[in-house]
Amino acid sequence: MSRAITAEDASKLPGYGGGQKKNYLNAEKGVVSWLTTVDHKRIGIMYLFSTITMFIIAGCLALTLRLELLHPAQQSHFLTAMQYNQVFTLHGAMMVFLFIIPGIPGGLFNFILPLMIGAKDVAFPKLNLMSLYLYWIGAAFTISAILTTGLDTGWTFYVPYSSTVSPTAVIAVTFGVFILGFSSILTGLNFIVTIHKLRAPGITFYRLPLVLWSTYATSLIQVLATPVLAITLLLLIFERAFHIGIFDPRLGGDPVLYQHFFWFYSHPAVYIMILPGMGIISDLIAVHCHRRIFGYKAIAFSSVAIAMVGFLVWGHHMFTSGQSRLAATIFSFITFIVAVPSGIKVFNWTSTMWGGSISFRTPMLYAMSFLFLFTIGGLTGLFLGMLGLDLHMQDTYFVVAHFHYVMVGGTVIAFVGGMHHWWPKITGRLYNEKIGSLACIIVFVGFNMTFFTQFFLGSRGMPRRYYTYLDQFQPLHAFSTYGALVLGFGLFLALGNLLASLRAGGERAPKNPWGGLTLEWEAESPPITENFKRTPVVTHGPYDFPSTGPAHH
Amino acid sequence: MATTEPEALSPDFHVGHHWDKADTQFDAGRMGIWIFLVTEILFFGGLFCAFFIFQSWYFDSFVEAHNQLDWRLGGLNTIVLITSSLTMALAVRAAQTNDRKRTIQMLAITIACAAAFLVIKYTEYHHKIEEGLLPGANFTAVGFHSANPKVFFSIYFMMTGIHGLHVVIGMGLIMWILLRAAKGEFSSRYYAPVEGVGLYWHLVDLVWIYLFPLLYLVG
Repeated sequence: MSRAITAEDASKLPGYGGGQKKNYLNAEKGVVSWLTTVDHKRIGIMYLFSTITMFIIAGCLALTLRLELLHPAQQSHFLTAMQYNQVFTLHGAMMVFLFIIPGIPGGLFNFILPLMIGAKDVAFPKLNLMSLYLYWIGAAFTISAILTTGLDTGWTFYVPYSSTVSPTAVIAVTFGVFILGFSSILTGLNFIVTIHKLRAPGITFYRLPLVLWSTYATSLIQVLATPVLAITLLLLIFERAFHIGIFDPRLGGDPVLYQHFFWFYSHPAVYIMILPGMGIISDLIAVHCHRRIFGYKAIAFSSVAIAMVGFLVWGHHMFTSGQSRLAATIFSFITFIVAVPSGIKVFNWTSTMWGGSISFRTPMLYAMSFLFLFTIGGLTGLFLGMLGLDLHMQDTYFVVAHFHYVMVGGTVIAFVGGMHHWWPKITGRLYNEKIGSLACIIVFVGFNMTFFTQFFLGSRGMPRRYYTYLDQFQPLHAFSTYGALVLGFGLFLALGNLLASLRAGGERAPKNPWGGLTLEWEAESPPITENFKRTPVVTHGPYDFPSTGPAHH
Repeated sequence: MATTEPEALSPDFHVGHHWDKADTQFDAGRMGIWIFLVTEILFFGGLFCAFFIFQSWYFDSFVEAHNQLDWRLGGLNTIVLITSSLTMALAVRAAQTNDRKRTIQMLAITIACAAAFLVIKYTEYHHKIEEGLLPGANFTAVGFHSANPKVFFSIYFMMTGIHGLHVVIGMGLIMWILLRAAKGEFSSRYYAPVEGVGLYWHLVDLVWIYLFPLLYLVG
């Protein structure tokens, strides 16, 4: 089943014997060695640790919300309305700015990108470390809001509520997000230059693993969109502090301008969130089906197409906020166009599975969950892109469900799948396959229980962000809450399973446990600090598995 | 300070551990700077966008308000900045031709120009604040006939303020390469930091080239 040709060859090299080998984890010891490292692998680990911590905190906030919504009756509330607003705002802001945007690029891709192209490090190692420090500083500002007055504006910080009315820590959080933006830009800039300038001999652009094509597309958006968010938040901070009248309608400003600026960043930003997931899935499916990927160039260029077209659809967030009818029609049309490259990807992934020799290991289970959930998330996005339907669906649970199908069903599932896939490379340990698969199934069931229910809630008129609701919605809300508990349990089980492999007697991972053909599987598990003893030379494509095509059986 | 001889530096002292060749590192650095400049343009782009929207909304107010600005001071600052761009370019050229003394001279003149720019800008700001034209609690502008004169001054102070911040950062960067030049680090083999800071400085200059006519002259 496993075709670890390259790994076997590489393992015959001298100096790769048993015993306590030198690797990037034990090369240097002590906290200071971590905090001053420029090794992309260590920075990636610190990113992963930080972002997953944020994910757990923000996830617990989500569970709090679901428990609060279990019953609408007055006596069953354990949060005040204000506290409820603060919890959902922090859930959203932390998930978006502290977990999803930096998590996969800063954490996972930081680790695998140089390994996959046979480089010793990213192009600008010190900038990489600076990006992590900026992330920590930005996170500190955001978290300071929890500890002080909270934030109740929603993660979108809409004016004029955020600039004049809200009594909460708007400036602290938006300044934190401003700093996080720099962190994001530095990561994107670094990765673009790395992919251009540090590929090992033989790795042409068409021999890049597909995950790096989507890294590239993601980085382009990070570089081109984030500066606009920066100036928007800066204007918002000045509006709130000095009432400069750019966004405040009482002073001659325009709140819709804020929405244009905000979504000019934040719509491309949802592609910063989903494109890395799409990239991971491409690699997971090819490797665990042991089959040459179907439509390599189509998948590669559809990533770039999504990145480009994604800049032209921001207006579909504003169908109901005072936009000309012509503009709304154009935005609606371009929104439909985004579905084309997304559909190309889904069909190519499915075709790759067809006739492949599929190993139903944990990463593959996550990849299949992704296909199912992302397709639902994408298609329901088309509902919302329709002008007539959106008037009714705007600001209902339908939007919440759509967004979570893409962001959790898509990105988070891909992230967890990718963590399982590269865990042996990162830590040198193998996780328990049975518990890993079980956790994946629990996550899949829990997720659908939580969010499929919300499509029903939304289409029946349940508005989002409401503290309480009509009695008729209670059964669906309760079902969604139970689903959230199942989902939470599944994710904790997956995390616990991964961490349990780190115990003293945990099973050691070979170089290439899945039979992948990309370069990271030729490095040691875990890799040495320089990644490779000597710069590798590549003579084949990333998915040139020996036997391909449906006749393989 | 230009008289001390540099300590012996290995010819490839600047090449990072992860680069095979100095040339590739140089190309990568240059590419990084250019991408950074693109982010800067998008950052200012938001403000330019706001400027054009409010100018079309409150055209009369913009015309009336911009007359409060002194185009002579703005023009003087434009000349100062263009001069500094020239000296910056000459500094890069001097670094490429191993002329350490001239590199340091040109960088010093560039810093002096930047400082002159800030002094002139300070004078303008001081004058505006005294007239109560700084948006905020003390905005007391009187005698305006058109509505919303504040919006113009908000955009004026945001644009020139952020640009001024870039000038300050640029002075720090130029000082940094000036000190490195004094240590003899740059030569025809290695001048990437001088060129990189130079590119940044030209962008700061370029932004002002657009700010000056938009804010001071268009009416």
